[in-house]
Amino acid sequence: MGWQAEAGIYVHIPFCRRKCFYCDFPVLAARREATVSRYVDALIREIELWGEQMQAGWLASGRSGEAGQFVSLYLGGGTPTYLNSSQLLRLLAVLRQHFPLTPDAEITLEANPDRESLTEEKLAALRAAGVNRLSLGAQVFDDGYLRAIGRDHNVRDIESAFILARRAGFTNINLDLIFALPGQSIEEWQLTLERALALQPEHLSCYSLIFEEGTLFERWRAQGRVDPVPEETELKMYELACNLVSAAGLRQYEISNFARPGRESRHNLLYWRYQNWLGLGAGAHSHWGDRRWANLWPPGRYEDRLQEAILPIDTGTELSLSIEEMMEEMVIMGLRLIEGVSGQEFARRFGRSLDEVYGDTITRLVGAGFLARTPEGRIRLTRRGLPVGNAIFAEFLLTPGSLTT
Amino acid sequence: MAEIRNFCIIAHVDHGKSTLADRLIEHTRALSARKMTDQVLDQLDLERERGITIKMQAIRLNYRARDGKEYILNLIDTPGHVDFSYEVSRSLAACEGALLVVDATQGIEAQTLANFYLALEHGLEIIPVINKIDLPSADPDRVRRELEEVLGLDGRGAILASAKTGAGTEEVLEAIVQRIPPPRGSVDAPLRALIFDSHFDPYRGVVAYIRVVEGQVQVGDRVLLMGTGKEYEVTELDVFRPQLEPVPRLQAGEVGSLIGQIKNLRDARVGDTVTSAENPAAQPLPGYEPAKPMVFCGLYPVENEDYEGLREALEKLQLNDAALVFEPETSAALGFGFRCGFLGLLHMEIIQERLEREYDQKLIATAPSVVYRVHKTNGEVLEVDNPAKMPPAGEIEQIEEPYVRATIITPGDYVGPIMELCQERRGIYQSLEYLSPQRAMLTYEMPLSEILLDFFDKLKSRSRGYASLDYRYIGHRPSELVKLDILLNGKPVDALSAIVHKDRAYLRGRQLVEKLKEVIPRQLFEVPIQAAIGSRVIARETVKALRKDVLAKCYGGDVTRKKKLLEKQKEGKKRMKRLGTVEVPQEAFLAVLKVD
Repeated sequence: MGWQAEAGIYVHIPFCRRKCFYCDFPVLAARREATVSRYVDALIREIELWGEQMQAGWLASGRSGEAGQFVSLYLGGGTPTYLNSSQLLRLLAVLRQHFPLTPDAEITLEANPDRESLTEEKLAALRAAGVNRLSLGAQVFDDGYLRAIGRDHNVRDIESAFILARRAGFTNINLDLIFALPGQSIEEWQLTLERALALQPEHLSCYSLIFEEGTLFERWRAQGRVDPVPEETELKMYELACNLVSAAGLRQYEISNFARPGRESRHNLLYWRYQNWLGLGAGAHSHWGDRRWANLWPPGRYEDRLQEAILPIDTGTELSLSIEEMMEEMVIMGLRLIEGVSGQEFARRFGRSLDEVYGDTITRLVGAGFLARTPEGRIRLTRRGLPVGNAIFAEFLLTPGSLTT
Repeated sequence: MAEIRNFCIIAHVDHGKSTLADRLIEHTRALSARKMTDQVLDQLDLERERGITIKMQAIRLNYRARDGKEYILNLIDTPGHVDFSYEVSRSLAACEGALLVVDATQGIEAQTLANFYLALEHGLEIIPVINKIDLPSADPDRVRRELEEVLGLDGRGAILASAKTGAGTEEVLEAIVQRIPPPRGSVDAPLRALIFDSHFDPYRGVVAYIRVVEGQVQVGDRVLLMGTGKEYEVTELDVFRPQLEPVPRLQAGEVGSLIGQIKNLRDARVGDTVTSAENPAAQPLPGYEPAKPMVFCGLYPVENEDYEGLREALEKLQLNDAALVFEPETSAALGFGFRCGFLGLLHMEIIQERLEREYDQKLIATAPSVVYRVHKTNGEVLEVDNPAKMPPAGEIEQIEEPYVRATIITPGDYVGPIMELCQERRGIYQSLEYLSPQRAMLTYEMPLSEILLDFFDKLKSRSRGYASLDYRYIGHRPSELVKLDILLNGKPVDALSAIVHKDRAYLRGRQLVEKLKEVIPRQLFEVPIQAAIGSRVIARETVKALRKDVLAKCYGGDVTRKKKLLEKQKEGKKRMKRLGTVEVPQEAFLAVLKVD
């Protein structure tokens, strides 16, 4: 195999002050200090265990670059800033000690824009420790809607957190936004977009609200207490975002993501380009070569396993992927990107061309105007294909074993 | 023979027939307590689940009566549903008496009445049993009055029972012994035995359930089936306990089963007469008619390659169900499949369910159709059981469709809405009688095709579930019918064609396209739906193209989950049929049934 993947590390901090009404992530609300420090200890033990594994040669074949360095480190959650400065700094130090990063590695921290968890002092310390990208969960610039979706910050908090971060030296900041909230009008969404863009972030993620199973919002929807916005409205909101954000100089590079050129999220690109990622922490997911697994959840089970110095992998989730599965996943993830999927890389990776595997499907979808072929041999969604991605992705699913004979 | 009693139990569905049978079996200890599962006579899982008896069974009970004598009681179970009335009539023909079970909380229902008249026609001694008297809402006096006033039975002779608690069981057994006459028929006459049921055993071939009316039959005899003219050697005779127990001979008055290397159920038709090949009877027993399918539908595999699997499954089901008929047919829209004929709607549902459940067949079923008799202008007469096969309007002189006489029993409050429903369904009013001040019996003649159109559900909803229905075929009659075609994306879909009354064609066309718009999911393309008579489009709707289906986030941990969603989407598509570029779900083909 002449092909080498890039690799990144995701660290999951599963604590929040409270759980948002739309959230279906593995998250625990409001924990005692002892719970949090026990978790950090376990996390450090996991990092050390992986360090030993790497010494023994594990993960060696999935990292490009001279010394098998990682191109990204991402602290997500939950709310990583729920940890205090010393916990965060300790974590970063141990991570760097065991996982070699490239000199230009992206180190991202997700943060909640509230005054309690995001102080000036904490921001400065993190910046000094090498964190070079901040992702703020702003969600919506409207105090009423922030309350309605269960956030515990207000619009002033967002703006002051942003300014503090700039002052602390962060030159790469993302804002997460959610639209299509129950009752939200197109005008209200425009206001949120304008206030977000006024801060001049380097990166913007715009997601439409999804009523996920197991969330409060989904329960309320089923009970008729909240209504999803009409589909046409949602589509107009999406188009509005694409237009306004582009006009502000951010380029759309994924279905829901926009960035100043060069500031695209390297970490998320690992996912969308179907590279390798190692997930650390309770409930975190990993993908490495032809293997995929998730760590144990909840934190209690995760910590117990680490007490015994065993990697906290949930063996029930461990998968050895077939070539068909990897092909379809590469295409499904890659088509989310505006650049699409590279035919050359596909062929280098799997030893078969895109057309050999998907020729008929591609031709049909190109003919229908949902997909385009580029001169460089890529396939990508067209403007028309973008909003109906799922229907297109489903066309790329393969039957396991169908290509081996 | 004086100590034999052959009887059956007849009742409206859910009035407790099978539970009463259980009590009788238990009381006479035909089964040890260990073997006693609830409702032993209903052997098919499906029957037990749906609480209905489809396939008849028989059992032999030994009973020491209060007169001190040992009696042999042969209980012959009957199906309770209108679809199987021919089978009911055959099992009645094998008996001298019948227990007529009526629910003490509900009284006489449509099938009580239909079964009562059937029993009367066969000259059976009828013993009314008022069941479920343990329930708080039981009103045995009212039911007694109904028995007297509606059926002309002696209400004082009705036995009060609760099959649930066992109350009245012994009284029922005594009444069977004392009131039902012993079988008549000479043992010395040439053999005549009625086949009242049969089933296929993979090791022994056909097991024919018989009632010997005259003469006797022994193992080793050569017998002749008078309907088919085929001869067999008897290799085994049994009685039912309820599992088969071999006996050397069966003679006049007795009930048992006959095995004789009969390979095909079709060769031992229910209703046929078994006689001796050496000394045949002059006349068969009366009343034999092969069961005739009244309702047809197309069954297609969702994936074309499953065609052979579907054929094998149908063949296997047919082994045990002589009333099921099928032949290959081709649809431009659905590919290769089978035209299947059924006794009625329930029979159709049961077969479809068994194909999916027991044989794992993914099916597309087209809307059920009756058999139309088409007189062509050239004098030819066709039987058309598939709307797609209807000749062009220009070649048709006249179309006849099957009519039924429908009997509906309902609380008086709902007479108005039900009459309206019957009028809407082209019913011709026959009579309205009051069974009691609160309960009425309505009789209508109406096209069978209207009953197939969700009539039963509508009847239930307009009577809050209280009305009961029974119907009998009464013949074909001329009707003003036209063929309604449905076009998807401008292309006609033969499997969606329907035959409708001329006066309703516009309304039905409109309803049908609206219903299809609801059930066809939005796709990447806009899908126009049209209804047409000949080349004239009479209604049109459009399924708008999918606009938005993706804007959720997708990160590292979401790959597995996202893919599961996509797989689910794909799995859903598998249950759909691709017609050109349009994905059509199974329920679209039944949409014609669901319009109001």
